[in-house]
Amino acid sequence: MRRALTESDDEREPRTDGGVTAGGDQGRSVGPVTRIKDRFEGRFGSDFLESAPFWLPPFLLMALFVYGAILWNFFLSLTDYSGFGGADYSQLDFEMYTRAFGDPNVWNAVTNTFLLVVGFTVGTLAIGLVLAILIDRGIRFENAFRTIYLLPMSLSFVVTAQFWLWMYNYNEGIMNQFFGLFGLGPFSYLGNQSIALWAVVFALIWQFSGYAMVVYLAGLRAIPDEMYEAAKTDGASTFRMYWRIIIPQLKGATISAAVILMVFALKAFDFLYSLVSGYRPPTGTDILSTLMVRTAYSNTEWAYGAAIAIILFVLALGIIGPYLVYEFRRDNL
Amino acid sequence: MTEIDPTDDTSETTKTDDATTAAQADGGDIDARTDGGTTADADPAPGVTEDARGGRFQVDPSRVVLYAVLLLVTAFYLTPLESGVVTSFKTNTAVTQTFPFAPPLGDGFTTDKWATAFDMLGRGLLNSALYAIPATLLSGFLGSIAAYGLTQATWKRRYKAIFLALFVAGVFIPYQAVLVPLTEFWTNVVNLNDLLGFLWSSGIPESYANLIELSLTHVAYGIPVCTVLFRSYYKNMSEEMIESARLDGATLRRVYRRIVLPLSTPMFAVVLIYQFTQIWNDLLFALILVSSATSEAAPATLVLAGLGVDLSGTNFGLQMAGALLTALPTIAVYVMFSEEFSEGVAT
Repeated sequence: MRRALTESDDEREPRTDGGVTAGGDQGRSVGPVTRIKDRFEGRFGSDFLESAPFWLPPFLLMALFVYGAILWNFFLSLTDYSGFGGADYSQLDFEMYTRAFGDPNVWNAVTNTFLLVVGFTVGTLAIGLVLAILIDRGIRFENAFRTIYLLPMSLSFVVTAQFWLWMYNYNEGIMNQFFGLFGLGPFSYLGNQSIALWAVVFALIWQFSGYAMVVYLAGLRAIPDEMYEAAKTDGASTFRMYWRIIIPQLKGATISAAVILMVFALKAFDFLYSLVSGYRPPTGTDILSTLMVRTAYSNTEWAYGAAIAIILFVLALGIIGPYLVYEFRRDNL
Repeated sequence: MTEIDPTDDTSETTKTDDATTAAQADGGDIDARTDGGTTADADPAPGVTEDARGGRFQVDPSRVVLYAVLLLVTAFYLTPLESGVVTSFKTNTAVTQTFPFAPPLGDGFTTDKWATAFDMLGRGLLNSALYAIPATLLSGFLGSIAAYGLTQATWKRRYKAIFLALFVAGVFIPYQAVLVPLTEFWTNVVNLNDLLGFLWSSGIPESYANLIELSLTHVAYGIPVCTVLFRSYYKNMSEEMIESARLDGATLRRVYRRIVLPLSTPMFAVVLIYQFTQIWNDLLFALILVSSATSEAAPATLVLAGLGVDLSGTNFGLQMAGALLTALPTIAVYVMFSEEFSEGVAT
């Protein structure tokens, strides 16, 4: 990794005017200050100190709230903090984790989280890819189509939950009216625990497939036209051309879109909360994020909630970690 | 998974541009966009390639099928919205007696639901605006300066990469992992209700402390995504102007103010639109930081999420009107700036 970084060729390291310009607000008084400054710049680069006012404050604010909070959350999960009062940090143990691993609710939530993330990500990517290919066939009104397909993405989870409650309504909803045309149903989508999760996945796919389409469209537009021409002259059918030549080149788009979609899926809490206006989502759709918030804020078991949050965080890290390494290797960081 | 597909190389060799566009061949990874020309191209590209691409498929029946499929998909995306709009204008009897997608007719038509929704949500919409707008502006600005310090300033790449990785990872944090500390922080460490006593004594409702908390929280968690968006833009900025300005002895601050900031306008539009949508739409932080949906400071999403409870789900007309009212600002922003939005989304 290190080698890949230092060997990159767009490095603008050897600056000829190293640091001479940095006279703006700290006059170059010769003395210990300058010596320390030079040492810093020798180690980190000529603009390191001068650029600190730009990136350091945002970094510190972000780091406090993101990394500081995660660390604190970890310590909280080692306490027995619950109810009102305060956390007692004098006795730290992993009791909450052993409790979590023996808790059927947690395992149920892990299973549901996994099903939701996989089902939602695969479904969204597949539909997004098909839409991108259709839109990339040189159609008219491309903008209008694209805008409509991406529209749900601009809505709040809370809003889409209201719409889909109405779509899934047992007596009046469009879904049952639609299946009624074929003599099927009526179904109770969110009341039946074996299909509730898939009803949620379907609604989320509706909301995010436009996003996958935009990413794939960018990928398709970046493929040079010669590729299509070459495939055509080889006499490949359209389907074969896409399957064999075009789709394999969308690997990068797929990976980055998949990572973002998975993270969205982990955040599906807003949607599930809004379906029932409460902490207990429809039976069969309890995922780790809903379980965590319910444990902490409804049952006020703060430490246990923090432990569940750490489990969720580790799962997320399993997605993000490899992605960051992948980006490093490709020199994108 | 971490190996580069050999096909990537072939696509890169056919590229005549520099390495950054080669990265674009892999599509929307965090850096793959110089100027959004790939994603948010308003009109189909100036004829040539489009014709070449369109001209490859000269079978007419297949075009008919293509448009039919596209229209079906359009119907799929618009149905929930359409059903929501017509239902929001129906009386309760019309809701149960007419088709959910049929427009309200005759005495089935009413605007009462919208009036009620406005009464219930008006304050929430104002609260949302009160914290979403400052948080959007501040996180956008902080993201911009952070990205500038990490791209255009010259220091060792190795260290930059470490900070950048921390910013990028911050985009993907599941917020559940920080909720309990966040609650602790705003109640026990920094308690704005106590700290800002002078504000509450001057007549501002004390619950508005929640709005300040929400604002700062959204700024902190918004910085990573803003930084990543700006970085991809600054990385591909022309360096000649900045180089020569530095050689003339301009400080980093001056370069930022005189060169980089004026050139950032298009990216600011993208980032601000994306961030505003994100912050406006959020429920989780509102739920955790604002005591209840009946609080004076409750944001619109929180009020809307509670609408079903008061009405036991029977008044669908009101729920739809409320949902549409809450979505109105983001839909308006999206329709006006769909290009910028899709560019921000395709990070």
